[in-house]
Amino acid sequence: MRRMLLEGLFRRSVTEGAPTVSDAEIEALAERLGMAAKARLGRSLSIREIDAGSCNGCELEIHALNNSYYDVERFGLRFVASPRHADVLMVTGPVTANMREGLERTYVATPGPKWVVALGDCAAGCGVFGKSYAVIGSVSEVVPVDLVIPGCPPEPIDMLKGLIGLVEASVRG
Amino acid sequence: MSTFRTALLNAALTIEEQKPWPRITVDADTWRQATLAIATGNATLSGLWAEPAAIHMAVLDDDDGALMVLTLATSDGRFPSVGLTHPPAQRLERAIVDLHGLVPEGLPDDRRWLDHDRWGVRAPLGAGAATSADGAPYPFLKAEGPPLHQIAVGPVHAGIIEPGHFRFSANGEIVVRLEERLGYVHKGIERLLTNTTLEAATKVVARVSGDSTVAYSFAFARAAEAALGVGVPQRAIWLRALMAELERLANHLGDIGAICNDAAFALMLAHCGILREEVLRACKTAFGHRLMMDRIVPGGVTTDLDDVAPVRALTTRIRQRFPRLVELYDNTTSLQNRTVSTGCLSPELARRFGAGGPVGRASGHAFDARKAPGYPPYGDLDFKTAKREDGDVNARIWVRIDEVYESLELIEQIIDRLPSGPIAYPLAPALRERRVPQAGGLAHEPRDSATEGLAMIESFRGDVLVWLRTDETGGVLRGAVRDPSVFQWPLLEAAIEGNIVADFPLCNKSFNCSYSGHDL
Repeated sequence: MRRMLLEGLFRRSVTEGAPTVSDAEIEALAERLGMAAKARLGRSLSIREIDAGSCNGCELEIHALNNSYYDVERFGLRFVASPRHADVLMVTGPVTANMREGLERTYVATPGPKWVVALGDCAAGCGVFGKSYAVIGSVSEVVPVDLVIPGCPPEPIDMLKGLIGLVEASVRG
Repeated sequence: MSTFRTALLNAALTIEEQKPWPRITVDADTWRQATLAIATGNATLSGLWAEPAAIHMAVLDDDDGALMVLTLATSDGRFPSVGLTHPPAQRLERAIVDLHGLVPEGLPDDRRWLDHDRWGVRAPLGAGAATSADGAPYPFLKAEGPPLHQIAVGPVHAGIIEPGHFRFSANGEIVVRLEERLGYVHKGIERLLTNTTLEAATKVVARVSGDSTVAYSFAFARAAEAALGVGVPQRAIWLRALMAELERLANHLGDIGAICNDAAFALMLAHCGILREEVLRACKTAFGHRLMMDRIVPGGVTTDLDDVAPVRALTTRIRQRFPRLVELYDNTTSLQNRTVSTGCLSPELARRFGAGGPVGRASGHAFDARKAPGYPPYGDLDFKTAKREDGDVNARIWVRIDEVYESLELIEQIIDRLPSGPIAYPLAPALRERRVPQAGGLAHEPRDSATEGLAMIESFRGDVLVWLRTDETGGVLRGAVRDPSVFQWPLLEAAIEGNIVADFPLCNKSFNCSYSGHDL
């Protein structure tokens, strides 16, 4: 183990540079958020992930955000264990009837100001599953959504762009 | 053919047109006898699903890995419970009650399973009577006594994982009973596979469990091709196996890191996470999608591999880096202290539940669908099935480590021998000129032109089963899928008993069952 740790000190980092997010995108997002959160949040966001019915593909790619290539924490983005610690709820999946209450209660448990990110095509519009006896609908039909990151699943780099945009927008907002 | 299957064939009322393994209709007596044979260990239950007036049971012959489907017609909506004599069937039967409203006579557990009283309808695939959608409390099994307390966890968990509820009854730190409550991500997949197009069904099955998307698409394609009598080009067959092994490699690397992380050894997660990311990037380069979703379709594959060099570079790199991580795992006593002898699953239980994948193979149950029943191109490839006997978290890690090496071996063999040629045959002409299958001694002509296919594919988690009935135009009349997790989830309850609460995340991750694949 010592050898590995020592090598780690001298090896070049695999972490990649930050993706560029266009000013226009950030402005648009800032306008949409339209709340003065700068004083409250600064440049950091705590994220609580909720699977409201996903196939777990999105979860795999959210996990990837934490690997050394993307290293999401360097941007002030942190995944937290409780909605009580969260600024952002990142919701995946079409909302199933069986998860609706879980999602609603998690939303209520999150202190304001708070944002909801609908992650993936299912969260955005039910994806291939559609509405049925088992599926209520997209995330925005259950809780208010501030940012949609599409994809099936979205790639980590797309998530990173969306989240960095959210941080920047909240600073300008 | 084993005496078990011969006896069933002799007792069959009819033999239906299902490829490549037969589906037979049986009477209630034969159904009970088959159940008894499974319960006494002469065969393995591989699936149980329903239609409005019939129930199907897929049985795996342990002798040669051949499958057979038994069908019992239920004119009055009742059938003899399989779960009564064979507990692994119980949750499947509870799901059948919830979805179809059929009644398994004698089923010991009459609590709802997938139906949380949230749908506003009872038996949505059956009679579909309207009901309230207020949610009902779930009567957990009791574990009572002065020192016992309960810990309720979920459905929203602390990590980035799928939703499910765990109810622990604990005596101090010791888990006396764990009971799972699942069904939170039930998306109505069985209904989505009813009266739909082949294209729509292909997309849905690819999303039964996102981490096994390649395996599911592979299984669906094989089931559809069997049903429709469609061939697949050689290159597509080999590319499918390449994708399947890349998927296994990525998932096992992720799991090895994540299990160690649940023992607070984050260094393994960091290094395994880098390797996993490199696999996904190679997949993106090779096939245009990190998880290779929707790349396998009936008739072939959608994306050709232009250049094997990135895949070769990947295996070379993992071969350099991975042994060091294995050494790190093997030499870190504080980590081994957490994994060795934790969460033991007995070989007897693993066999009885037909537990596939690393969960079964870490408890001496060496079933591997790539070997038996087997499917191309694995018959032409040289690989070993990993197996350990201890059944603890450590054994499940070692099975995954062994399988990483086997997958690397397989990937290298595949790219060395990748045949050239087309990557897909068009489906349309094959559908117009469907070949009528040869009728055997007991076979009879089907009443309609519907044909059926069954396929079993080894995902990283274990064997995935897909059944499909198609009409003459290639439309999907009905489909059913069974995830390996179905038979692994109940075993987690057994494995955790007597362990401390703090070891549950470790045990849970070492099983890594799919919620979505279970809940459908």
